[in-house]
Amino acid sequence: MTPDFEPDETDRALLRLVQEDMGRGAAELGRLLGLSQPAAWRRLQRLRAAGIIAGRRLALVPEKVGFGVTVFLGVKLAAKAQVNLADFERAVSGIREVQLVEHVLGLYDFRLRVVARDLADFERVLRRRIMTLPGVGAVEANVLLSEELRPGPL
Amino acid sequence: MLDDLDRRLLRLWQADPDLTLADLAGAARMSALQASRRIARLRDAGILGPAQARIDWRAMGYAVAVSLRLTLDKTAPRAFDELIAAARAIPEVTEIQTFLGRVDVRLHVIARDLAHYQDIYRRRILTLPHIADIESLMTLTEIKRDEALPL
Repeated sequence: MTPDFEPDETDRALLRLVQEDMGRGAAELGRLLGLSQPAAWRRLQRLRAAGIIAGRRLALVPEKVGFGVTVFLGVKLAAKAQVNLADFERAVSGIREVQLVEHVLGLYDFRLRVVARDLADFERVLRRRIMTLPGVGAVEANVLLSEELRPGPL
Repeated sequence: MLDDLDRRLLRLWQADPDLTLADLAGAARMSALQASRRIARLRDAGILGPAQARIDWRAMGYAVAVSLRLTLDKTAPRAFDELIAAARAIPEVTEIQTFLGRVDVRLHVIARDLAHYQDIYRRRILTLPHIADIESLMTLTEIKRDEALPL
């Protein structure tokens, strides 16, 4: 990561474009931004090297491939249990249906995002994999109805 | 829907979204033409959207990320619509979700530092319409992020 690199207006416009569609090549991006292809390519490389472009996501629509249920879980570890945080983190990360695990500060200790085929499948994951994790205390489940990803402050 | 070859292709591609078509086809043991045809079909069926760049906001200088869990005053007729429309106007809100459960709406908010977050919270979040209750979870560490579906 290059700490001195401060993205400028053109970089931000570039980020807005690749956020929507990473499939556009440097030539097309350059055309859209009034840059030459090499100039656009260099900016992309710099953004990647700085870790700002962290990779690409495939944009697979979960419902269309059989994953009809996504649930956000808040997990509180049991206070009295002598839980090794690393044990919990390792165990929860090993569950395939768990896409996201964050250690958080607040009413809960961890935030999880879980995908499942349907509610019965989710119930199985919850009962057999999540409630059996080392040190799990309270779990709060919220079923995702809709999701909108915003471009952010670009 | 998906057949076994589609699933194989998608499993490999999800594991490494930066693979070229040639490498993906090779790994999936099919020709590049077969792979590209299958991908085109998946796109046409609306199963696969365009590849999107994932932005690391920390690397952009946004060190703070907060999950804001909102409960709405549901007596207002257009509470959800009005709240969400107002949330969209806040640039630092990068995700908006609605739920069935204890939480009605979740906003993912990023900020440069705690002072910046406090400013956003006071000026923009507390002024959002129809909020009955707000609860925050501040992200300390990301332990796992795997957007791949367990196909």
